Amino acid sequence: MRHIISIALMLSLIWLVNSGHYNPLQLSLGAISVFFVVWLAHRMDVVDHESQPIHLSKQLPIYYLWLIKKIVISNIDVARLVWQPKTSMTPHFQRLLISQKTDMGRVIYANSINLTPGTLSVDLKDDYVLVHSLTTDGMEELLQGEMAQRVKELE
Amino acid sequence: MSLVVDILSAICLLTGSFLILSGVIGVIRFPDFYTRIHAAGITETLAASLILIGLMLIAGWGLVLFKLILILLFILFTSPTASHALGKAAWKSGLKPHGLVNKHDED
Repeated sequence: MRHIISIALMLSLIWLVNSGHYNPLQLSLGAISVFFVVWLAHRMDVVDHESQPIHLSKQLPIYYLWLIKKIVISNIDVARLVWQPKTSMTPHFQRLLISQKTDMGRVIYANSINLTPGTLSVDLKDDYVLVHSLTTDGMEELLQGEMAQRVKELE
Repeated sequence: MSLVVDILSAICLLTGSFLILSGVIGVIRFPDFYTRIHAAGITETLAASLILIGLMLIAGWGLVLFKLILILLFILFTSPTASHALGKAAWKSGLKPHGLVNKHDED
């Protein structure tokens, strides 16, 4: 039930923001569309803790703040590599074991690896993620596992 | 006050444009497919965010602001998935990364 309320609120917000017309006719058409989509999603059985991760809403903002900091730092690193006259790349390609138990944790981890330029998750399996990194530093930072630990705490 | 906002927005837009230029040059300069994805990653994370934040600052309170926030969120949700799909497709079709430092990798 909480998940259904959450998806209805989310859809209504998206409709209100994108519409910009607030007369009774269009508002009721919007409400009908939201109900229809919620009903469809419920019928497709996709309204659950995976599509509506409200159990994460408390810890997620803190993680995002930390991730934004990482994204900015790694962007500067890669931009510096681009502008260096002699390319000093040290690409690495290896498997990292995953400690996350849930699918959600694994996906958040792989997405975080991709959001920071300089590291790219190429393949994701149950127990490992295949990572390509632009520099040795990038791979070592992942191996130290601060990101993995923070994602694990989210689960 | 509006002058401060304008200057902040100009800084964001200029930095964002510079990062997009860096990303493009990286895509041309970097040696192989996988390293080029990293360079393209600059344009889709920080550069796109900075340009959208710069636009939000001049948009002011209103519907446009929320639409820009939605665009930013959708970019941040979809771009890691897109680069994962690209990398995975290349890996599955047998493209090997060049110039690796560690030689003990998988086949």
